[in-house]
Amino acid sequence: SVTGACQAIQKLTRVRVVDNSALGNTPYHRPPKCIHVYNKNGIGKVGDKILLAIKGEKKKALIVGHKMPGPVMTPRFDSNNVVLIEDNGNPVGTRIKTPIPYILRRREGEFSKVLAIARNFV
Amino acid sequence: RFLSPEFIPPRGRTDPLKFYIERKDMIQRRKAFNIPEFYVGHILAVTTANPYASEKASRFVGICIQRGGKGLGATFVLRNIIEDQGVEIRYELYNPRIQAIEVLKLEKRLDDNLMYLRDALPEYSTFDVNMKPVSHLDHEEIPVNKLQVRMKPKPWSKRWERPQYNIKGIKFELPEKKMKEAQKWSQPWVEFDMLREYDTSKIEEKIWKEVSEELKK
Repeated sequence: SVTGACQAIQKLTRVRVVDNSALGNTPYHRPPKCIHVYNKNGIGKVGDKILLAIKGEKKKALIVGHKMPGPVMTPRFDSNNVVLIEDNGNPVGTRIKTPIPYILRRREGEFSKVLAIARNFV
Repeated sequence: RFLSPEFIPPRGRTDPLKFYIERKDMIQRRKAFNIPEFYVGHILAVTTANPYASEKASRFVGICIQRGGKGLGATFVLRNIIEDQGVEIRYELYNPRIQAIEVLKLEKRLDDNLMYLRDALPEYSTFDVNMKPVSHLDHEEIPVNKLQVRMKPKPWSKRWERPQYNIKGIKFELPEKKMKEAQKWSQPWVEFDMLREYDTSKIEEKIWKEVSEELKK
């Protein structure tokens, strides 16, 4: 990345798509960026839904890890990780190789399908 | 003869009674659960109780890059790279959720703060999750690893070449001009500043006696 350390995810943050979907992995001349955070304040933490602009399309995504240090005992990742998601919560990809924090398990109801395709937990 | 750094009270005007009470609580926790002696640069494996993990316990292996905080809020940060993704977790030493701390490899580094590993090449932060503990024979020496770490190209998260960080463990491949320019920010008077002095030798001895007596009971 060109700019310095990025804190929690907000509008115009460049994100890294972590699942094995086609949209996330095909190279494009612009990195995927966040355009909206579905939150009362515009700051997205782990477990928040955001709107991404990828390859000229809008797609919803779920934040699975960010560079900002969170509560103690929770992991802090070296890149802002995101999993592409449909409007009803179904993930677009079929596998997630990168580690996912255990905190997401608390909201098992909404994210059960994403947690099912995740392989490593941290 | 090792006293954990979080026992030493910070410099200030707080009542020593507060630190005494905290030390009593810390010793009580240490009696219930063994916190091994470790420094920055050791490779640790921590198992924490986690309601959302399978078998309710989760294990994380990593190198200790920083030890901070005093008293019961003492923390340490473990770093590892899993599946090409760097992960750092800040654990509290006296958190009741921690079930076990094992030291897998005893190894001191040249610095007290290894935060520059974030900007170093990933091979220096990867550690095998199923590493076997390396046995340490003598109780006196802890080997110092004089590894010079190679960095990713600049920009870094902090300007590690500056003398305020006083890092000895990086192999700087920057041109001479940049290194000289970095020395412009050096503050050589700081080490002789008498108002910043905090001599902890006597305090340490008193606390060491107190702690070792309590732990023997």
